[in-house]
Amino acid sequence: MEEEMHTDAKIRAEIGTGCSPRGPGCSLRHFACEQNLLSRPDGSASFLQGVAEKSRERLIRNTCEAVILGTLHPRTSITVVLQVVSDAGSLLACCLNAACMALVDAGVPMRALFCGVTCALDSDGTLVLDPTSKQEKEARAVLTFALDSVERKLLMSSTKGLYSDSELQQCLAAAQAASQHVFRFYRESLQRRYSKS
Amino acid sequence: MAEPVSVAAEYLAGSRARAARTVLGQVVLPGEELLLPEQEDAEGPGGAGERPLSLNAGARSRVRVVCGPGLRRCGDRLLVTKCGRLRHKEPGSGYGGGVYWVDSQQKRYVPVKGDHVIGIVTAKSGDIFKVDVGGSEPASLSYLSFEGATKRNRPNVQVGDLIYGQFVVANKDMEPEMVCIDSCGRANGMGVIGQDGLLFKVTLGLIRKLLAPDCEIIQEVGKLYPLEIVFGMNGRIWVKAKTIQQTLILANILEACEHMTSDQRKQIFSRLAES
Repeated sequence: MEEEMHTDAKIRAEIGTGCSPRGPGCSLRHFACEQNLLSRPDGSASFLQGVAEKSRERLIRNTCEAVILGTLHPRTSITVVLQVVSDAGSLLACCLNAACMALVDAGVPMRALFCGVTCALDSDGTLVLDPTSKQEKEARAVLTFALDSVERKLLMSSTKGLYSDSELQQCLAAAQAASQHVFRFYRESLQRRYSKS
Repeated sequence: MAEPVSVAAEYLAGSRARAARTVLGQVVLPGEELLLPEQEDAEGPGGAGERPLSLNAGARSRVRVVCGPGLRRCGDRLLVTKCGRLRHKEPGSGYGGGVYWVDSQQKRYVPVKGDHVIGIVTAKSGDIFKVDVGGSEPASLSYLSFEGATKRNRPNVQVGDLIYGQFVVANKDMEPEMVCIDSCGRANGMGVIGQDGLLFKVTLGLIRKLLAPDCEIIQEVGKLYPLEIVFGMNGRIWVKAKTIQQTLILANILEACEHMTSDQRKQIFSRLAES
């Protein structure tokens, strides 16, 4: 007699000194486990470590929290729902831009606008801004930055791959220059929206 | 196209705070800082504006400026927190710098003291009604806050009724409270809204536009059919006409008003008046 035991155990282990979402210190990623999935073998389990979606959510959430004036809305939750229509590379940057525009459209009070820019470094060190999925897969490193509109300060960075310190600075400078274009686009599209009324 | 070039130059220099006067009527984005008039004169090269001569050389005469929705004080400047057009109103009594605010298009209502809103009664617990006004919390309404209500003579309010009232307490830290009487104890049009009719939701900007003193839309609508209409500042409109069809036509016109120009509107009204 088989007992269907679907234990969906979600364990989050945090190691390090005073691990808060904003503070330093290492933490293990989100785990998820499911057991007895297959009926034929005597036992089976599936274990997921560091589900990509959860970490992307956390990154977007931390960026929004840094910019929204939460003190004006205590005891209230602000929910941002992002739906991927098509993924043509630079997904995280696109999600950040969409989240910023949605928050502006909703009238949530913010202290600045933010935008996301992705850079890819390929094997001979050339920098490609806003890479396609193919370029991202072949790249040595992919770096995504979230920058604010007031002083182009860095709000969030998410990097994957191998790169040197000078390459990081180079990518950051290129991202800051590129963010100008994104903010100009924001301004134009918002002006177009308000010109209709 | 002078606009994009000047914008790019400004961003290259790092965002410099602009004088509020020069930005009136333009679209402002969150994060921009605005300078108030008397500061701009002091910082500018010549100081072309008028400044009263003060014996105390160090102190600047501060003009009292009211910071309206969408703006926050940041040091001695104004920080824009919402996207919209910057507006200014001169002070009525001639003293002070007037009011600055950002006219934004928003669907979500945040309770403000003194606003008249339409609420839906969701619960009745003892002496308090819980009324949904579209904010993050339901507002509380005491049964004694109706005209002529006493402990023996309770108002006839059921769950699901529509209430037109105003806020007496509405801030971010406390649960909002509303009443259906004014300070003299008279109803003044507030209270339970009658049977039938249709309640629908529009954006807050449209409500403000319709309630402006010189709005022609309501006068034109009134000439079309006899109707009863109630506007709530929380984006809700209740409308009632003689037949259901007329009510639905009116609701559709008001919802579409936001996106139509006045010519299109006049066309539609004339077509409806004929049929």
